[in-house]
Amino acid sequence: MDVKIGLECHAQLLTQSKLFCSCSTDYHNAEPNTHVCATCLGLPGALPVVNERAIRYGIKVALALGCTIQPKVIFYRKNYYYPDLPRGFQITQYEFPIAFNGLVRIESDGGKEREIRIKRVHMEEDPGRLVYRGTIDTATYSLVDYNRSGIPLVEIVTEPDLKSPKEARIFLGKLRSILEYLGVFEGDLEGAMRVDANISLKGGERAEVKNISSYKGVEKALSFEITRQKNLLRRGLTVQQETRHYDETRGVTLSLRTKEFEHDYRYFPEPDLVPIRISNRIEEIRREIPELPDEKKLRFIAQYSLTMEHANALTFDRHIADFYEVVASKIDPKLSATWIADVLKGELNYRSISMREASKRISPDDFVAMLRYLKKGVITERGATEIIREMLDSGGKPEEILRSKGLASIGSDEIEKAIHAVIKENEAAVKDYKAGKKEALNFLVGQVMKHTRGTADPKEVRAMLTRKIDGEI
Amino acid sequence: MVTALEVVEGIKSGNISCEELLLQIYERIERSELNCFITLNKEAAVREAREVDKRREEEEYRRKKLLGVPVAVKDSISTRGIQTTCASKILTGYVPPFDATVVAALKKEGAIIVGKTNMDEFCMGSSTETSYYGPTKNPHDLTRVPGGSSGGSAAAVSAGETILALGSDTGGSIRCPASFCGIVGLKPTYGFVSRYGLIAYANSLEQIGPMASTVTDTALLLEIVSAKDEQDSTQIKIQNNASTNYCFSWLNGTRNEREEIKGMTIGVPKEFIEGSSPEVERSVWDAIHKYEDLGATYGEISMRNLKYALASYYIIAMSEASSNLARFDGLRYGLRTGKDEDWHTTFSRIRSEGFGEEVKRRIILGTYALSAGYYGKYYLKALKVRTLIKNEFEEALKTYDILAMPTMPFVAFKLGERIKDPLSLYLADVNTVSVNLAGVPSLSIPCGVSHGLPIGLQLVGKHFEEDELLKAAFVYEQNIP
Ligand SMILES: [Zn+2]
Repeated sequence: MDVKIGLECHAQLLTQSKLFCSCSTDYHNAEPNTHVCATCLGLPGALPVVNERAIRYGIKVALALGCTIQPKVIFYRKNYYYPDLPRGFQITQYEFPIAFNGLVRIESDGGKEREIRIKRVHMEEDPGRLVYRGTIDTATYSLVDYNRSGIPLVEIVTEPDLKSPKEARIFLGKLRSILEYLGVFEGDLEGAMRVDANISLKGGERAEVKNISSYKGVEKALSFEITRQKNLLRRGLTVQQETRHYDETRGVTLSLRTKEFEHDYRYFPEPDLVPIRISNRIEEIRREIPELPDEKKLRFIAQYSLTMEHANALTFDRHIADFYEVVASKIDPKLSATWIADVLKGELNYRSISMREASKRISPDDFVAMLRYLKKGVITERGATEIIREMLDSGGKPEEILRSKGLASIGSDEIEKAIHAVIKENEAAVKDYKAGKKEALNFLVGQVMKHTRGTADPKEVRAMLTRKIDGEI
Repeated sequence: MVTALEVVEGIKSGNISCEELLLQIYERIERSELNCFITLNKEAAVREAREVDKRREEEEYRRKKLLGVPVAVKDSISTRGIQTTCASKILTGYVPPFDATVVAALKKEGAIIVGKTNMDEFCMGSSTETSYYGPTKNPHDLTRVPGGSSGGSAAAVSAGETILALGSDTGGSIRCPASFCGIVGLKPTYGFVSRYGLIAYANSLEQIGPMASTVTDTALLLEIVSAKDEQDSTQIKIQNNASTNYCFSWLNGTRNEREEIKGMTIGVPKEFIEGSSPEVERSVWDAIHKYEDLGATYGEISMRNLKYALASYYIIAMSEASSNLARFDGLRYGLRTGKDEDWHTTFSRIRSEGFGEEVKRRIILGTYALSAGYYGKYYLKALKVRTLIKNEFEEALKTYDILAMPTMPFVAFKLGERIKDPLSLYLADVNTVSVNLAGVPSLSIPCGVSHGLPIGLQLVGKHFEEDELLKAAFVYEQNIP
């Protein structure tokens, strides 16, 4: 089935103050309506003043996406009524955005490289937020929190180049990665990225799904849409051009309005702001752009002799890449890559926490210390994993965890003793093994590990066990 | 009636009691039939006046340029702690938590806010009849309008209910009532005075400006309110602006304007005089000939694009207004009536109850002009016409130092005479609106009387040359009987 998907991604920029006033952007844990002023509340007579840093960030994003930067930017008013919009219009961009025509490379299904064209990049302000007592269905009224009103957003619009919901999710992941590399975005903050998705199937009209607020939600919403549109087409019905809303909890999209009820936003240039010339700043900002994920990946492969898988896994998240580079500078880069890409990342995913959060508990030096124990044979691989888990769950330094949990691997005479005891206690199993039942050996290894409370190296145990029993034959 | 400069002098020397002056003014207001004010600031004003009397000799107070001067502020300008309604029901009870930059500047220089003056609702009108708080009357004839939209400010200055006043001028809202009430009013160059705190009607056209009974007082007030302000991005920050600090040099006699005006050239665009009443036309020509007597020369010119000015002005103003006024939904401040229902029903009801008829008319027309399919036909075209008009003014002002013409084509009309016919009201604004489209500075100064009703002469200058306008007006004022 021929599917075309285009995304409009709204990402909150990490400036100190809002886009048009000096209110703090640090609202996530704030009491409602405490980060507000006359401007972001839209009080009559208050005027917007552009936050220069936000514009710089926007230009940085556009450059990183390979766009052509425009010589000047002009803000427009997008007029519509909604209670979270305190002026009755949103200050955004229209005819003169920051940039046009960029490109993002993604690795699609099966590792195939695909190029997704970026149509435009522009700046706009976030509206406030509606808050419900209970759920949206059961609440009898809604409350408005304007703390978010005026937070700078960069909107990145793609061409309809994405071919599947999964590809859309991969693209978003890549976009997030690039934005985080630039230091202008934190993807794990709630509401940091919101997406509108346009989707059409061959033979049908385009539907727009509004306000998807999670990375996984994009894939789910689009999959639902494809099924819905397919069913309509199969039954010989038409897919209407319409705007749909994604219901996150139920995982379905619902019709919001059809074409004839589309808003007329009556865009016109914001008369309270003057055009901003940016052409003279572009080169200076370009110099500030750090190494981006694709370049870093290639460098990691060359510099540390990593596999493509490891290089991918280590460069996706800037925080992980930075963490890796510190560790790799102090201890075997390949060992570091295995333990960060395969083990640490797995533990982070299991806990649904980001490296940024985790780095409050686990420092590169802790990780190096842990790997040193492993290399010297002080701990086993299992002990190493245990230390990582403990550091993530409860904090603490590797040496403390090693001591308090008794994880130091034991000498071979102690293993010898344990093997001796296990053979004595499990004569039947020993007999089975001798009779050719190889799986009996696994059982015996397990028993020895139990005896040593996991401090023995299972490979060593296996070798010693076979030598011992085979020697008896 | 004393001038602001006399008040400052008198208070500093102890010859005038600020408290007594304020009490006199409030007594006059309370006895008045004019309805100049929507909200009075009596208690705070009298308290501040006492403070001024007590501390007038302190160094800090002696430095204040408007020490103890009563100033009336148009109700479109935000005043911290004082209700600001824009003469609309929808803003009843709204008390801004901040001062407009111009108000903060006034306070810093020791001015005392008398109260908030009546106006056309959201500045939409030129007769002060669209106010939710009832019309203001013309002090020269109580059966006539004071002009608008800053009618309350003009009438208050004219009737001695304040010494100075601030107005705002989107398409003549300072100059029209100045003309009808016989006072001086100046609309600064667009971008000269901060608009922070001015409740927007048409952002790209309007400016706050001074209204006073003399040119010198006008200059003094302009100097104070033109302070630079980072909160208004559209204010043009000019270094060493020649336009500031003018009036003091006149006073201490370091300049001889009578000499400076010799050789000044005045352009008289015939399209701006055609269509005026015979009395107005005669008075304006008298004024121009007076300038000739004083050593200036004049030439008649033609400005052909004037006929498109009204259409361009109203399309731009109404379009911007339709967006500016969208914020009034009763959710955060202002009118809240009936019981709350769903969002759409509630805000629609509040807006339909809260806005007056003229405001609704302009919101609807502006919404239409900005709509998909009409934007290019109306709004963009209006912007093009605006550029043509601006160019035409700039061209004329290359040849002439200033332009002179009637402010209004006729004298103050009767209350109720035109309000039912909005088009005839719009047409009367042609001389003033074109100046706002061009963004150039302009002032209105009394230049005669017809049957007891004042006539205004409008002078127009080059961008940021308020100085030249004030000089010309000052010499004229000094040399008429
Ligand atoms: Zn704010």
